[in-house]
Amino acid sequence: MTLQQFMNETISPWMREEGPDNDIVLSSRLRLARNFSDVSFPTIASKEQLNKINHFFQENYEHTSFQDYENFQFISIPDLSTIEKKVLVEKHLISPLLAKRSQAAAALISKQEQVSLMINEEDHIRIQLYFPGLQLTKALQKGFEFDDWLEEKINYAYDETRGYLTSCPTNVGTGMRASVMMHLPALALTKHLNRMIPAINQLGLVVRGIYGEGSEALGNLFQISNQITLGKTEEDIIVDLESVVQQLIELERTTRKRLMEQMTINLKDRIYRSLGVLEYSRITDSKEAARCLSDVRLGIDLGIIENIPKNILNELVILTQPGLLQYYAKKALTTHERDVLRASLIRKRLQLEG
Amino acid sequence: MKCQECHKREATLHFTQVIHGNKLEVHVCEVCAKKKGYMTYPEEAYTLHDLLTGLFNVDSPQVNSQGASLSQIQRVRCPKCDLSFSEFKRIGKFGCATCYQTFSERIDPILRRVHSGNTKHIGKIPKRKGSNLHLKKQVEAYRSELHSLIENEAFEKAAIVRDKIKELESKIQDKEAGDQT
Repeated sequence: MTLQQFMNETISPWMREEGPDNDIVLSSRLRLARNFSDVSFPTIASKEQLNKINHFFQENYEHTSFQDYENFQFISIPDLSTIEKKVLVEKHLISPLLAKRSQAAAALISKQEQVSLMINEEDHIRIQLYFPGLQLTKALQKGFEFDDWLEEKINYAYDETRGYLTSCPTNVGTGMRASVMMHLPALALTKHLNRMIPAINQLGLVVRGIYGEGSEALGNLFQISNQITLGKTEEDIIVDLESVVQQLIELERTTRKRLMEQMTINLKDRIYRSLGVLEYSRITDSKEAARCLSDVRLGIDLGIIENIPKNILNELVILTQPGLLQYYAKKALTTHERDVLRASLIRKRLQLEG
Repeated sequence: MKCQECHKREATLHFTQVIHGNKLEVHVCEVCAKKKGYMTYPEEAYTLHDLLTGLFNVDSPQVNSQGASLSQIQRVRCPKCDLSFSEFKRIGKFGCATCYQTFSERIDPILRRVHSGNTKHIGKIPKRKGSNLHLKKQVEAYRSELHSLIENEAFEKAAIVRDKIKELESKIQDKEAGDQT
């Protein structure tokens, strides 16, 4: 498989599109949790009950379209190989929990991969929509329209007081989790972000690193999302989230400007060193790759590096995940083999721009 | 300091091993620590849900109005899915929609804890299933309008509003009858 083919197959088409505030917000996501009113939740439902739900979705929605979301593919998760499952997880189309379920788990994914419906995860239905850049309001509008479309055929578990009923009480009410993926290298570098996190938490919002373990954020990529799903309307949740995101964007931009003014040579040195690593190294672990990609992306945003497209960060951070590398190699790889392939893939990708 | 195993990554784990009385200093990175079996990782990282399961367990012992003891309440099972409250507290997840009614008395403190004091949904209402809810809310609005009209002795207008309420109420009744079939 050539690199171009691999990229065409693995980069979600929507990710190539431009979006508002794309220099800092890479993508927006909306998730709605829904359940059937008369079936036990997947955590304790019988195999027969869950299979019935699976069939319902396959029969009613496979190859259908809703608005711009065309040709839903029905994917039965237990039928996939381990690597195929990993690929879907790394592309964020399904959750690690869904991938782990051994029976009756499925996904419905639209052709552009903008909508992914997880079936029989923790809840019967998890609707997920993705948009490039900062588009939370649009995500909510589309999410509601999609939800109404599903509801034409489904009796949702809903209670006048509690709202949409979910398996876990942390999701009850709106069942909604809205999030944005932000690239915040300047705020991370200056340690400003760490000081802001407690204040953000007080607003019922959560900040966490997207890749990497524990508190470490690979590639300076952070996810900001709402924690509270009850007692606030969906619109208010989005407004609050959006206003915090806007402030983070402003702060990130001013901090970048200040860094550029006060530490031009240090910043340039760091960025060019990282570009050097990406262009010439032969062994690169995911941590190093993410760090260098973040630096290079910052260099592109600041106009220091030209001739490399912006989306190289989002693209390569995903492409160089363990599952996708093994999918590319078409076989299982050791950590060392992955580090070698990662370095070579990044070099080749940069040469495509040469 | 570089990891003594791979000599590439930074050592993040520093400890002293004692084997047969011989002290041995070890400096390794997490990857090698895992490979060498120095660290045993749980299957999954500690998730938010694990934390919350802990929260659900922080219940002050209470006796309810009927004098039933805590353990009696713990033993209540959901008639639909057979989940007990202690099972819920262990896994942190409900079994079915009916659980929310079964354990309704016990849910409020949990919801308050995880949703900043909130216990009531004020967001989206399902279109089809919730259509009665929309109607009910409208009836409520008409009722208060009727009330103020009567107070102001605008009886003609009040009669019109009263008819509207009657119409809506029969609609709601029809729908509820329809839902049950």
